[in-house]
Amino acid sequence: MTSPDPMAEIRASFFIECEELLEAMQDELQVMDDGADDTETINIVFRAVHSIKGGAGAFGLEPLVRFAHRYETVLDQVRSGHLTVEPDLLKLFFRAADHLSDLVRACRDELDMPDAEGQAILTELNKHVTEDETEADEEIDFQPLGLALDFDLPDLPDLDATPDNSSPQSGFRITFAPEPEMFETGNDAVPILRALCDMGDCKVTCHTEKIPTLVELAPETPYLWWTIDLHTQAHKDEVTSVFEFVEGLCSLTISSLNDGMTTGETLPSLLELETPAPDSELLPITEEPLAPPIVERKVSTPPPTAAKSVVRVDLDRIERLVNLVGELVINQAMLAQSLESSGLSPHSDAMNGLEEFQRLTRDIQDSVMMIRAQPVKSLFQRMSRIVREASAAVGKDVRLITEGETTEVDKTVIERLADPLTHMIRNAVDHGLENTQDRAAAGKPAEGQVRLTAAHRSGRVIIEVSDDGGGIDRPSVMQIAIDKGLIPADSALSESEIDNLLFLPGFSTAGTVSDLSGRGVGMDVVRTSIQSLGGRISISSNRGEGTTFSISLPLTLAVLDGMVVKVADETLVLPLNVVAETLTLSAENLDEIQPGFNVVRVRGGFVPLFDLGLQLGYRERRDSYVDSAALLITQEDGTRAALIVDEIQDQRQVVIKGLDDGFYRAPGIAAATILGDGQIALILDPSDIIAQASTDIMPAPALQKQEA
Amino acid sequence: MSDKKTATPVELLTFELSDQEYSLDIMCVREIRGWTRATPLPHAPSYMKGVINLRGTVLPVMDLAERLGLPVRDKTERNVIIVVKHDDIMTGLLVDAVSDIIALTEEDLQPPPDSTSGQGPSVIKSLTLIDDRMIRVLDLSHIVNTLRSDAA
Repeated sequence: MTSPDPMAEIRASFFIECEELLEAMQDELQVMDDGADDTETINIVFRAVHSIKGGAGAFGLEPLVRFAHRYETVLDQVRSGHLTVEPDLLKLFFRAADHLSDLVRACRDELDMPDAEGQAILTELNKHVTEDETEADEEIDFQPLGLALDFDLPDLPDLDATPDNSSPQSGFRITFAPEPEMFETGNDAVPILRALCDMGDCKVTCHTEKIPTLVELAPETPYLWWTIDLHTQAHKDEVTSVFEFVEGLCSLTISSLNDGMTTGETLPSLLELETPAPDSELLPITEEPLAPPIVERKVSTPPPTAAKSVVRVDLDRIERLVNLVGELVINQAMLAQSLESSGLSPHSDAMNGLEEFQRLTRDIQDSVMMIRAQPVKSLFQRMSRIVREASAAVGKDVRLITEGETTEVDKTVIERLADPLTHMIRNAVDHGLENTQDRAAAGKPAEGQVRLTAAHRSGRVIIEVSDDGGGIDRPSVMQIAIDKGLIPADSALSESEIDNLLFLPGFSTAGTVSDLSGRGVGMDVVRTSIQSLGGRISISSNRGEGTTFSISLPLTLAVLDGMVVKVADETLVLPLNVVAETLTLSAENLDEIQPGFNVVRVRGGFVPLFDLGLQLGYRERRDSYVDSAALLITQEDGTRAALIVDEIQDQRQVVIKGLDDGFYRAPGIAAATILGDGQIALILDPSDIIAQASTDIMPAPALQKQEA
Repeated sequence: MSDKKTATPVELLTFELSDQEYSLDIMCVREIRGWTRATPLPHAPSYMKGVINLRGTVLPVMDLAERLGLPVRDKTERNVIIVVKHDDIMTGLLVDAVSDIIALTEEDLQPPPDSTSGQGPSVIKSLTLIDDRMIRVLDLSHIVNTLRSDAA
């Protein structure tokens, strides 16, 4: 399908809608799991499934419709109180929800779905549905035929015994008075009346008494209202369905002509009419399948969560905006520089204006970055699924507790965080938590806990994955590392150094390689992907109490807080977060270990010293580094090194410009930025440079391993 | 080169490199700009002059003469950077001076004699004569792509 195809667009928006519905559904299921549900909770889940089914029907997505329908039927039974939600059933609901989202995705990407899982869930779902219902399901027919709906009316006496559609010729008196909104939303009374007339013998009376004199007449206000006596075989729900599109936009009463019993209600509460099917019902279900999901949503959104108005914007447009703002920041810096060098008085109008301009630019920049920010909620929801699947696979009882779901992070970061986080969650479930017997022996509750939290802390996002398991078994970690030849057998490592062994390539703690984790994709991959996002990862663990992995990420990938330095007349930028402190080298704190390899003494510790200009090939080795400035760099693994620079210029935010990797990949260079004078400055990757320098100078095996 | 009978028009941008005349298909030329100082990339091959700021994009620039193994001249103010786009990758080519734009047809272009293709893939796609001067038409893909495979 090509993009101009209007159907493709509708289809695309249907799938976006589905994502939202699935998310809402997960939320509510979680609420049920937490035991804090009320009747509305199951209703929301039901409506979500129902809306997906409706939309899927319109697009002819058979497997999706079929599955959603079964699921819905069971949910419906819960709604009606025929079924109570046991933990087992809830688990099934979760599984079904997961499968439903798989199906939605498969349909969206037009992939084939292996149906085994679906069949298994269906079978289980069927166990909760009474016989008749299941059979009826087989003939799902989504043509909008005039078949009777099997919904009961809440006010009919004795629901199960005699539904009122058994009467051969019933009739309704309908009063229908449009509100102004009805016309504003583009609806019209005529088609509705026509539809009613199609249903049977119809007597329409138009009431004109409200029409004022021409002077007072407001042309956009409806004055007409109608009474319709309808003699029809149709069920009442069919009649109400005629008014589906104008629900809430008119005042409407529908009463039965036969017994005179007024069952009418104003339509906003129509949903209450959709109470579940009694067991005895057997007719194929025709639930307005062609109604666009939007209409459904309008009804299903409960007023308390007054929907924030949201605009869906193409990501490309935002990218463009972000780029333009980047340009603006650069231009502003250039302007500032040229104004300063022109010798204007700092109190001149131009300088004052510039100050204002700078403030505005920063505000704009922050706001634009906010556009890209998204709450981590969607990511966390995916993780709850991972926990469910992982815990089922290893037979552990695990509860995922999430905190800070509303924390906002750059969209790209969220996308690229999914894989490492999945891996960490699996690890926590598989390796982190003990099995049930061990937990009992340790006096812990049988249900293990995995906690996933997100929070903003000093301009960064901290995401933590923690478990209340046994903690890191350091002696055994040590042994594995030695066995695998990752460290020399006689190494004496501190606790945190042992913990960091987990990040070494080729390390896997699990005694047996399970299905779930330990497939050779280890924590080193996790660390690499976190680092590629400009983040850091660290571990803390207490034996017997659990392990916490903490990821610290920059808020955005577009801007970096950098330290601007000069080396051999080149301006370079180092990420500020790795710079621990600045040093001035003197004869007292400078020592030479071997020719060409210096260390600097920092508070009693020796830190290797590298000349940045030399490492980048910008200049030759200098004879003496006394009086040079150096930056103390702390790396993710806690190791330190100092880099010699010629001059420290400034700390400033720089806009990151990617270097085209396909062209030439310069070692030690992470990206580039454009300075105030329009020149390009390279952004360094200190870890890369230090690794390079260390292997150049000191090919000692231990160190090489560390840096590799 | 689909149909030899209908003469396909070709426009070439000609420029000087170490007193020789070279040209490029004008369709791959995005713009021509004056020489600005490039920020050098560490450990880059010598023909990589570095990166410059092209209205907010980071543009790698190479010295075309050095890339082709020609003697390198001192830089003058006539030096310009031809910004080319190949396979969606923008590259700046530093040349001595831009001369002219010439319009030809495919027939006016001759393949280079076989002997030149002796040493590896030739960067010269074809040759043509204008006012008795030989003009070499460069094959951009060989210039840019070889570099990429070098780096890989």
